[in-house]
Amino acid sequence: MLLIQGVTNMTKRVLSVQGLSVQFQTDSEKVLVVDDISFDILESETFGLVGESGSGKSVSALAILRLLPRSAKMSGKHVFFKEQDLLTLPEMNMCQIRGRRIAMIFQDPMIALNPVKSIGHQISEVIKIHFELSPSEIKSRVLTLLRQVEIPSPESRIDDYPHQFSGGQLQRIMIAAALAGEPDLLIADEPTTALDVTIQAQILTLLKSIQRQVGMSLWLISHDLALVSSMVDRVAVMRKGRIVEVAETRQLFNYPEHAYTQKLLAALPSIDSCRAEANVTGDILLELKSMSISYPVRKGFFNRIVSHHQAVDGVNLTIHAGKTLALVGESGCGKTTLAKGLLNLIENVDGQIIWAGQNINGLQGEPLRQMRSNIQIIFQDPFSSMNPRMLVGQIIGEGLRSLHPEISSQQRKVEVATLLQQVGLPAECAMRYPHEFSGGQRQRICIARALAVRPKLIICDEPTSALDVSVQEKIILLLKSLQQQYGMSYLFITHDLAVVSEIADELAVMYEGKIVEYGPVYQLLNDPRQPYTQQLLKAVPKISVD
Amino acid sequence: MIILWTDALIYLLLTTAMVSGFFLRNYEGLKRPLNKIATNKSAMVSMIILVFFIAIGLLDSLHFKAEGQRASGVISVLDYCTQPLWQQTEKTYSAPFSAYLYSKAYITQADGYQSWGFPRLKFGGSHLLNPETEKTADVLIKLIVGLSKGFIFCLSWVGLRALYVAKKAGQSRLHVRPGFVGTTIIVVVVGLSGIIELSTYYHILGTDKVGEDVFYQTIKSIRTGLVIGSLTTFIMLPLAVVFGILAGFYRGWVDDLIQYCYTTLNSIPSVLLIAASILMVQIYMVNHPELFTNLESRADLRLLFLCLILGVTSWTGLCRMLRAETLKLREMGYVQAAKVLGVRPIGILFQHILPNVMHIILISVVLDFSALVLAEAVLSYINVGVDPSTYSWGNMINGARLEMAREPVVWWPLIAAFVFMFILVLTANLFADAVRDAFDPRRNQHD
Repeated sequence: MLLIQGVTNMTKRVLSVQGLSVQFQTDSEKVLVVDDISFDILESETFGLVGESGSGKSVSALAILRLLPRSAKMSGKHVFFKEQDLLTLPEMNMCQIRGRRIAMIFQDPMIALNPVKSIGHQISEVIKIHFELSPSEIKSRVLTLLRQVEIPSPESRIDDYPHQFSGGQLQRIMIAAALAGEPDLLIADEPTTALDVTIQAQILTLLKSIQRQVGMSLWLISHDLALVSSMVDRVAVMRKGRIVEVAETRQLFNYPEHAYTQKLLAALPSIDSCRAEANVTGDILLELKSMSISYPVRKGFFNRIVSHHQAVDGVNLTIHAGKTLALVGESGCGKTTLAKGLLNLIENVDGQIIWAGQNINGLQGEPLRQMRSNIQIIFQDPFSSMNPRMLVGQIIGEGLRSLHPEISSQQRKVEVATLLQQVGLPAECAMRYPHEFSGGQRQRICIARALAVRPKLIICDEPTSALDVSVQEKIILLLKSLQQQYGMSYLFITHDLAVVSEIADELAVMYEGKIVEYGPVYQLLNDPRQPYTQQLLKAVPKISVD
Repeated sequence: MIILWTDALIYLLLTTAMVSGFFLRNYEGLKRPLNKIATNKSAMVSMIILVFFIAIGLLDSLHFKAEGQRASGVISVLDYCTQPLWQQTEKTYSAPFSAYLYSKAYITQADGYQSWGFPRLKFGGSHLLNPETEKTADVLIKLIVGLSKGFIFCLSWVGLRALYVAKKAGQSRLHVRPGFVGTTIIVVVVGLSGIIELSTYYHILGTDKVGEDVFYQTIKSIRTGLVIGSLTTFIMLPLAVVFGILAGFYRGWVDDLIQYCYTTLNSIPSVLLIAASILMVQIYMVNHPELFTNLESRADLRLLFLCLILGVTSWTGLCRMLRAETLKLREMGYVQAAKVLGVRPIGILFQHILPNVMHIILISVVLDFSALVLAEAVLSYINVGVDPSTYSWGNMINGARLEMAREPVVWWPLIAAFVFMFILVLTANLFADAVRDAFDPRRNQHD
């Protein structure tokens, strides 16, 4: 603390928060979301706020901008921005601070931008509000900003609409709009969470370099410890509305003081902790032979099929019994399509899917239903993957009811209770609805549902990417122990290479529908041959404190 | 006993509801939602009022022959109970609680001398000697008498019940503490009793052009409103739900076919369709006079046909909404998971799709119910609605067109129809809201 005090005295504070609390009033109760937090952000410093979802990170940022919903009440000693106390400032003056002096960028640029206005228009709107400039000056200013965030050929793209840009480009445009007011403080709330790993790295580098050029302060809010470690000067760790630890980055990552910080750091999957053996042997469970999936592209007046989009392009893969094959790639590269094709959930699948010597591609009707119990799936989003109107017991028992109708309802109840215990939930959960559970618990229920029919292969489609780090670790451990117990195989789809090293035996890297590299995890992570794999590996944020 | 078509269908609906209620009474999943509705005050008040409305409608749906009564010789149980209301007709318009006609006429006095003025009514307030001075006090007294009658009735009933309970439990002391529902019922019963008392002496909502009591007309219209609302919904709902869900779930040629059907149906002006089919029914009735021996059955067939054609033309909106929702739901994780778990399509439709579109169905059914009651009024306007001899709020509102243009204005039929329609639609909306909330598990989080 002494050290920070010293630093504080030397450089000027941009933002100084003392004792800020935010309380939400729901129908029946009051919830303290932010509980008496205090921190400072210094001039041209990068400050990180880390915590799991629901810990109150975003709420504190919104509270400082006074953008909270009406049901929220905030209180505190003071929130000084430069010399002004934002807690007592009239709303009129607050409008001049928001967007001009303090700007904010959000997680999902798709939602933050208006889809029916051109991006040039949206950026110039910000400039118009805060500066008195002529139209031509505004335009040149917009062009400068777009150049600054490295949008290629901004002159031709200034009149394009948001849907004509990729996710990473949109986030760049959001940054440009935020910079338009020439702010002293930029709040970035999970700016890269919605983006792919490689693009994530580019955006962060961009933010860092712009910060250096402009000399503003940056307040980075994230759940990702590794990402924060490479970016910021000081970190605050938040938990259940409280800041449990504030320290300089190096200090915090090397010598975490608070038990929670230590736990967070320990839970972080690391790419170096590869457990896999060099060679994968065993019986072949499933073989994909030149599997291709294409979508027809329809255009014109009569919806004619003009071409085919190749989502999965000639994939050859082998899954061994009792082993885990990880499938890695960016969003949109065809991973999920491959999984759905494998499960016979979509049509237009070419090639062979060989299960126990039999081609199951294109199977229909009763034979397909009988095959179903062999392959199951766990989805990414634990919120949409369970029917909100069914009890957990019904959800887990669904597969037994349809595939094993011979089991009586009494036996089924016993079975459901055993399954719940196996995934680490109390048996009473069967009589509750899914919405009463947290994300991690829901994912456990999904695992129990898949497990119920005793599959030999479970496809895990990004099962942990919607979860917090510490929960993620527990789910991975559960999956591993279940594999040891039942000897089933996993096809583990993910974009996170760190998770891969924890669980997988083999790794396949997918790019634009093709498998670019395929082999044992150990070999691929330590000695990647293909440039794309190398690029992926390099982009993974690591705790890097020198 | 005469059974009209709509009577039969109404009682069929009631029986179906009661039978399904009987079979579902021990179903586990229903207990929590039902408790939730029972604790919701506005829902319970709405339900009690709705029950009163429905009871009136049901009483009005039991018809029997009564020679010499009415032109048709057919009256309902409700008519039987309210005989004075429809037998005591005046000459023409009279205002609510008035003792005089609304228009001037020659009055022949006892001495044979004729004067020009407002004549006394034959029945309304005829017991008064000098209405100018006595009326206000008399109305108040009659009201108090009526209210106390109702109160005594309720008190004796509550008392008897408390006695019974106390006896059963072997207690000597009485615990008379009616709950919220009991209080509401008592308030409604007491109020009704006051109205009944008053309406035997006065035309509490005035009379219409031919001197018929407007209060009676309004009460009779309840049945028409309920029939149009419920039967039309009953016809429209299966079409909308089945087609909407099938189109969204199966897509492909099924979707194309169903979409083609409803786009075609939508592009035909529905008024044209309704007018054409009503005219068809009329011609059928003219050609087969032997099938329709009385006026009531003719009017009834026309009402039934109106429900049918309204049902056939009004399912497209809900169908389209359900199709869109199903398109969204079929891509949800749980539907995909169910497919992978080998659940048959029919199981997916009933387990996963239908419960998750139920809120849309419920909301649009209630909104449609109100819209249908109003549509009836619009159709009466162009003479393709219910038979002019059928009592309906639509016919009353239609008649009000001329009455509002009159000087001085005759406002009471319109207001009466409006108030009753408003109460019915509002209570139906409030009740449906509560039902929807109760059946949504996500809303029970803070139980």
